[in-house]
Amino acid sequence: MALKMGLEFEAEVLLPSGPVEGECLALTAPISFWGGVDPASGLIIDARHPERGRDITGTILALPGTIGSSSASAVLLELVHAGRAPAALLMDAPDAILLLGLVVAREMGWPTPPAYRLPAADQPQLAGRRLTISAEGIVRAE
Amino acid sequence: MLELSAEERAVSAGEGGNGAAMAMRIVAEAARLMGAPRLIPVASAHIDGALYHGDSGTLFAEKLVEGGARVAVRASLNVGSLAPAGCAAIRLPPHEREMARRMMRAYEAMGCEPSWTCAPYQAGHRPAQGTDVAWGESNAVVFCNSVLGARTNRYGDFLDIACAIAGRAPDYGLHRPENRLATLLIDVSGLSLGLRRSDVFYPVLGTILGRAAGSAVAVIEGLQGCTTEDRLKALGAAAASAGGVGLFHVASVTPEAPDAATALGRLAPRERIELSPADVEAALARLSTAGETSRVDAVAVGSPHLSLAEIDEVERRMAGRRLTIPLYANTGRHVVGPLEAQGRRRALEEAGVVFVVDTCVVVTPILPEVAGAVLMTNSGKFAHYAPGNTGYAVTYGSLGECVESAVAGRLVREARAWR
Repeated sequence: MALKMGLEFEAEVLLPSGPVEGECLALTAPISFWGGVDPASGLIIDARHPERGRDITGTILALPGTIGSSSASAVLLELVHAGRAPAALLMDAPDAILLLGLVVAREMGWPTPPAYRLPAADQPQLAGRRLTISAEGIVRAE
Repeated sequence: MLELSAEERAVSAGEGGNGAAMAMRIVAEAARLMGAPRLIPVASAHIDGALYHGDSGTLFAEKLVEGGARVAVRASLNVGSLAPAGCAAIRLPPHEREMARRMMRAYEAMGCEPSWTCAPYQAGHRPAQGTDVAWGESNAVVFCNSVLGARTNRYGDFLDIACAIAGRAPDYGLHRPENRLATLLIDVSGLSLGLRRSDVFYPVLGTILGRAAGSAVAVIEGLQGCTTEDRLKALGAAAASAGGVGLFHVASVTPEAPDAATALGRLAPRERIELSPADVEAALARLSTAGETSRVDAVAVGSPHLSLAEIDEVERRMAGRRLTIPLYANTGRHVVGPLEAQGRRRALEEAGVVFVVDTCVVVTPILPEVAGAVLMTNSGKFAHYAPGNTGYAVTYGSLGECVESAVAGRLVREARAWR
């Protein structure tokens, strides 16, 4: 559970890695990676998504929800392979199918972004801010 | 908290080779993320992961092969991006074609059966009722759970082959009997018997089911004596493309529903929907995107892949006539083999049928690029995916309308009572 202390949150570690930093792209609607994110460019391509046209590459991507597709993991693995993945994922709820893309990337020996659980209610105030996240899941906004 | 057996831990640590270790670790990580307490043995797998989405999937499969991975259970393969046994031309650029070919070869090298079909259950792969299996491809998953009564979740890319190699799957979701009970009841007994006994109704009903149920389990009341296996196949495929449906029951028809009350676990449904002819009309309208036009550039049938009985029906309706526009018949080797042996494939091709074997027209570029083109289909799944994946607008109709339109080269509607 995240405990709010100013702009510092403690997020549950879903898939660990070292510390990361980046600008937070906080999505305002759930997204399906399959058909929603272009695996070659990292651009959001879902015509109906409010953040259509934004680039998720290198961001700390806050996901208020995901729409399940059994190919979401393939899109995320392809983003990692193409160097277009987010620096980290902050998820309201763990989506095992999506996260499997990161599990497989790690097995392939590719640099793998971490994933943390952060409630959707805490995500909007991080939007557009530069964040650092420790390996233990302490999220700090500059 | 996930607990692995001593054997599962040994395999994860590399006792059975690097490929087996990688597969077991992937299954275990998925189980941990899903909150499953343990892994359970599976009797078979159906692998959807051999469809090319990008180079990373090919590299993953080849790493498993290099690590000596072999499937531990029977594993059939879903459609690929190429058609080694088919005759329709595929317009994939050279790099993608080569990577798709390498991917298909890697899955075969791990011991998967080169079935290359999305209807494995009509190609001799039919697990027994109550068995746990690990299947991918949404229509195959829903058929396996609903019509065969075997137990699977929707296993996506990577996890399907990992489960097949490990011979294990996470114990959660539809593997557990308590999650297989219906919570939603859809009553269709207010619709005419004629409608309930027509093929064209089932993809429409599937669309309604998918939208109403999402990923919940429904039981449908009022189809006793109306269904065939191919109708249930069409219903499930449409439901799984319109929603996240993994299992449905049909009272007095499917194995876990001797009656609606049993399928509901003797509890009251959370929701009850009585379908009216107006509901059916609205869902029917949503299946077409082409609007009021008589233009038809091509016809596609066979999603899921056509059975031999469905090809018989196409042939019977063609009645020796030639087609003016191509009719793409999507099917598997299990159907084309017998057709060829009987000398029927050639005759159908000479009359204008284009067989698409081992793949299908919405997963790989086959349909020619034509501005403003319209595809006619009797498949709810094609109707759902064709606009996004092929650029063709869709007109939905019955198989009879599809064949007549292919003969005439423009839309032909039958007089029909949607009541």
